[in-house]
Amino acid sequence: MTLFIEQCLNGLQFGLLLFLLAAGLTLVFGIMDLVNLAHGSLYMLGAYFAATFAAWTGSFVLGAVLAIAGTLVVGMVVEVIAMRRLYGRDHLDHVLGTFGLILFFDELVRLVWGPGGKSLAVPSWLAHSIQILPGIQYPAYRLAIIVVTLAVAAFLYVLVMRTRIGMLIRAGASNREMVGALGVNIKLLYTLIFGLGAALAGLAGLIQAPILTVQIGMGENILILAFVITVIGGIGSIRGAFVAALLVGFIDTLGRSFFPELLVNLLGRQAGATAAPALSSMLIYILMAAVLVVKPQGLFPAGSR
Amino acid sequence: MRSTLLAAGAALILAAAPAAAQQKSVKIGFVSTFSGPVASIGNDMRNAFELALDHMGRKMGGLPVEVVYEDDTLKPEVGKQKSEKLVESDKVDFVAGFIWSNVVYASYKPIVDAKTFLIIANAGETRLAGENCSPFIFSTSWTNDQNPIAVADYMNAKGVKSVYLIGPNYAAGKENLGGFKSAYKGKVLGEDYTTWPSQLDFSAELAKAKAAKPDAVYMFYPGAAGVQFLNQYAQAGLKDAIPLYTTFSIDSLSLPRQKDAAVGVISALQWTADFPNDANKKFVADFKTKYKSEPSFYAAQSYDAAMLIGSAVNAVKGNLADKATVQKALEKADFKSVRGDFKFGPNHYPTQNFYMQHVVKEGDTYTQKTLATAEKNVPNPHAAQCHMK
Repeated sequence: MTLFIEQCLNGLQFGLLLFLLAAGLTLVFGIMDLVNLAHGSLYMLGAYFAATFAAWTGSFVLGAVLAIAGTLVVGMVVEVIAMRRLYGRDHLDHVLGTFGLILFFDELVRLVWGPGGKSLAVPSWLAHSIQILPGIQYPAYRLAIIVVTLAVAAFLYVLVMRTRIGMLIRAGASNREMVGALGVNIKLLYTLIFGLGAALAGLAGLIQAPILTVQIGMGENILILAFVITVIGGIGSIRGAFVAALLVGFIDTLGRSFFPELLVNLLGRQAGATAAPALSSMLIYILMAAVLVVKPQGLFPAGSR
Repeated sequence: MRSTLLAAGAALILAAAPAAAQQKSVKIGFVSTFSGPVASIGNDMRNAFELALDHMGRKMGGLPVEVVYEDDTLKPEVGKQKSEKLVESDKVDFVAGFIWSNVVYASYKPIVDAKTFLIIANAGETRLAGENCSPFIFSTSWTNDQNPIAVADYMNAKGVKSVYLIGPNYAAGKENLGGFKSAYKGKVLGEDYTTWPSQLDFSAELAKAKAAKPDAVYMFYPGAAGVQFLNQYAQAGLKDAIPLYTTFSIDSLSLPRQKDAAVGVISALQWTADFPNDANKKFVADFKTKYKSEPSFYAAQSYDAAMLIGSAVNAVKGNLADKATVQKALEKADFKSVRGDFKFGPNHYPTQNFYMQHVVKEGDTYTQKTLATAEKNVPNPHAAQCHMK
């Protein structure tokens, strides 16, 4: 039972982290109709910025704040320089253009930071385990991730549902042309949204940095999961991204931890042990396929009411 | 008059040329990973290979050496394409390198079919030492199961009663953990195989390992994944609770990022930078001077691979056309290995000693130090399955 609770916490933490990535992706995809493969590069930049700034300032929190600001700026610059040329074009052009950006950022990072990767230590005041329930020790840093990402999710909720900018964002996701026709400065709105998405990706990257290593190409694997979440949740929907991210986080973590035993019991030792790793990593894709069969627009399609 | 002079000149040139006239240079293809997250391993191997060439005066058997480096991008199919290119269009005499078992297993066939010698500098795919061995395949490393067997024997001797195993779900991961299980006498409480190379968060596996309450955890994660595993192991509060054993997960490339998380972790290798033999002292000192970094075991094995090729080309005086004599020369392994004594078993894999290392912190630097000799003169365990044609 304690193992189950601990794995649920792991799933929650992983899901919330994926939400940070998927939120930016779904905003950009839903509102600008832009497939941004380079989202993972911004995640990587967030991690590199945090490692560098934390080393300069000697403070994890200060480094993190600077890193978020850094990716926000990079995101807005990329939008102005590169993304503006891609709006309204075919999705294939988006894929080509943003794939080019991945190569650009990978090479840029190699030139600036070298090929070896960086490391960012967990701040010392979080580098221990906390007893959350009798018998359950959980790493303080992972608890902090849960708290921070929940706070960010709440902030996004207020921003999107309660503010004027949020109203424009929602309107943009439902009907872009109409928002432009009503005289809203759509260019500025796009730059802001892309910057916001970049900052969220950067935050996800810097949060992951002490758990994983900071290295070139670190955003590419996790980006696939972020896309899966975007599709499951409904393109353009923050609420959908939140629910889908939690679903994927739980299913992936619980699947990895309990599915192998289940299979061994069902299929026998040999067959179960061989099939389990492959099958448990397929679970989220099975979920995606199932959702698409029932609701082809995703769980919470942005355009509909 | 003029034509006779020319003819005489031509005859002179012909007479002056050595027996190896047809061979203008020694061409070596080197396949490793030079891009992506593990590029640092490939670069380290290339650095060591280049250093060995420097030490040989960049000549083998009196001929200049030409090396073509190819990037397998960590993908078996790319490794195969690059190997085909090396033997078919570059027409190399040797192919060396290979970090990954799955890459070398996809790539060896075109190399061997073209009757080109393959000198594996790391990848320990067991089938290439056993049923798929070839007169053209040599290794300066080990097979995947050997080092884990050494760790298991060490743990048996220490009386470690139960263990939890975690490793990546690909050829080398299964052979590594399989090797460990074949020799370990205690109880295996559980084993997890994670998606390779994409899964980098081990929280679910670590929670299971903790719940199983083993006396020790054994894991195998090469390259950057080893950094992540050790960091997460420490963050989960397991570092001081459950002793950790490993193979190939800590090296001089990852150690600067593992730091305190690696201190005290025990592993087994055939080579450590602190070996006192002359060849190794020269290798380590010159490597540090030239590249301003510590050589890894990948580097040591690549250095040996270059030295092995050099020794054979010298022995046949640059005449590489007769494959059988080149093979004989390679089998003699007439060079000074940085690991000390070096000789090949019947399947062209080394018979060698294995040593236990642990990580110690001295001031601000972290190094691997030899802890004990685990096993002496271990023959490769797959020689019996090897029937060379």
